[in-house]
Amino acid sequence: MNRSLVLPIVIPLLTAVLCLLFFRKPQIQRWVSVIGAMALLVVSLWTLRFIWDEGIQAVQIGNWPAPFGITLVADLFSAVMIVLAGVLGLAVAVYSLDSVDAQRQAFGYHPLMHFLLMGVCGAFLTGDLFNLYVWFEVMLMASFVLLALGGERGQMEGAIKYVTLNLLSSAIFLAALGLLYGLAGTLNMADLARKFASSATASSNAIVTALSMLFLGAFGIKAAIFPLFFWLPASYHTPPVAVTALFSGLLTKVGVYSLIRVFTLIFIQEFDYTHTLLLVIAGLTMITGVLGAVAQNEMRRLLSFHIISQIGYPLMGLGIFTPLGLAAAVYFVFHVSLAKSTLFLISGVIGRLRGTFDLKKLGGLYKAQAWLAALFLTAALSLAGLPPSSGFFAKLSLVQAGLGQGQFVIVAISLGVSLLTLFSMIKIWNEVFWKRPPVLEDVDGGEITLQRDWTWLAPILFLVGLTLLISFGIGPAFEIAAQAGRQLMTPQLYIQAVLGGGR
Amino acid sequence: MTSLILRTMVRLLLPLLLMFSVFLLLRGHNEPGGGFVGGLMAATGFALVSIAFGSTTARQVLRIDPLFLIGVGLLLALSSGLVTLWLNQPFLTGIWYKLSLGTFGKLELGTPLLFDIGVYLTVWGVTLTIIFALEEVG
Repeated sequence: MNRSLVLPIVIPLLTAVLCLLFFRKPQIQRWVSVIGAMALLVVSLWTLRFIWDEGIQAVQIGNWPAPFGITLVADLFSAVMIVLAGVLGLAVAVYSLDSVDAQRQAFGYHPLMHFLLMGVCGAFLTGDLFNLYVWFEVMLMASFVLLALGGERGQMEGAIKYVTLNLLSSAIFLAALGLLYGLAGTLNMADLARKFASSATASSNAIVTALSMLFLGAFGIKAAIFPLFFWLPASYHTPPVAVTALFSGLLTKVGVYSLIRVFTLIFIQEFDYTHTLLLVIAGLTMITGVLGAVAQNEMRRLLSFHIISQIGYPLMGLGIFTPLGLAAAVYFVFHVSLAKSTLFLISGVIGRLRGTFDLKKLGGLYKAQAWLAALFLTAALSLAGLPPSSGFFAKLSLVQAGLGQGQFVIVAISLGVSLLTLFSMIKIWNEVFWKRPPVLEDVDGGEITLQRDWTWLAPILFLVGLTLLISFGIGPAFEIAAQAGRQLMTPQLYIQAVLGGGR
Repeated sequence: MTSLILRTMVRLLLPLLLMFSVFLLLRGHNEPGGGFVGGLMAATGFALVSIAFGSTTARQVLRIDPLFLIGVGLLLALSSGLVTLWLNQPFLTGIWYKLSLGTFGKLELGTPLLFDIGVYLTVWGVTLTIIFALEEVG
């Protein structure tokens, strides 16, 4: 039933609409929001199952045939990303119930969150570059408002930087789309891939590669790669933690998804040049991100810099450009989004317990809340890549892929950056959990228990559980990623699913 | 604003604008018009009321919360797609139903019309939400 491919877009839309209809009754919105997020997760898992069984699926919206109408396509990579959206959507929907203040909830927090999820799922599913632009805009509109909602001073400052940079990225994206359409006469991704593959000459390849750099710039800003990342640490620590967790798990990953999609399907003519460039950018992104993180003393800012650093790894997989490299990239994106969002959600709990995110003012939480420390440690060590966590397997397979292609420099960088990541995770651990609290009377800043505050803790447990699941269930989990990598490396499958085999 | 001319004319213009907006909506399938411009036209009527009598009065005349209009509009547009899923067609495929009216000819009703009505209500609601918000802040 590939017609139901549209459900991951329709369900968040329906949820958002129902929230709008109950705009004056936030109490009802809360439950609609959680139920909608559950439905999205169920549908996304079902989609993954379906794509796993049946291969790449495509559906033509409005029944207009492929290169002319709008196509939705799901390969395994898309399906995995949609599952990620479902998982994080549910975790954040529950976490928001109490952590987001009543005023924000009354001014449309819930519908906006689901509009954001709709945009994200749309971007993962679309098979048309212009349509991808539209979904980017849907997603950005919602994220602009979510970032600014509440109107605190710091939020406004962050929102201005975020909006300016992302609008610039959209402008570059749109200009690139115009040029590409002028060149090829189509924006359907499968059709583009077919045209470029069949009419490959040296001069046309040069133009296409030049165009691909525009796309690299546009998606690079969204994905926060070196040197276009500076909007991210300037804005991500300002909104409520639930919003940051959702953004960190999904928004930059949409940029990464788009990069992987276009640089495996469309822009593969001169991959010696483009993919080497990607490797260089990957290395620089890892290094600058992690060095930026080392210098931070505010927990959320520190974690924001780690988002950047971790973006380098999937890019490394893309730059290596082998099935194993791409499989590792897919697995890495899933793993890092889980770990990162968990860490942000935990930082929210810490912020609630102690009323600050400043590492200098925190301390002694291990004594007060040992189980919180354990949850933090699981996610943090997974992020750093210690065995037997999911991060270890993700980095191991990236390193294997890199060594297989003789890319020793990037392998060395990725391993060094892992050490620095471990160092800054340990820094948080020492400052927040281990050291003696600076002011003793601050220790009783509040108690948090599973019975009373389950909306704070259940999402964290859920995400940590999933991290453990993909760590210990590495066999099946990596098998899905490996299959996704193989699909990405054989664009013919994608083209065939969209345009049909007969052409 | 307390202009007597505006206040008098708005009473006449509001029903005219609303009727014309529905005309534009229905004309839109094959000729210039459609849900978007119709929705703008409908919002214009209430924008005038809000300028002449204030937004409180305009809200009273409208009776419905503009946000509710957005919700219902989106729901209608969405349902025009969901109908096609039910009938086992790709999302948003146009489905038509021919209604015979005897001597008046025949009327073709389809999901694109439902979609257009959804756009009409959404645009109407969005525009009014913006206008009322600007009026009430300033």
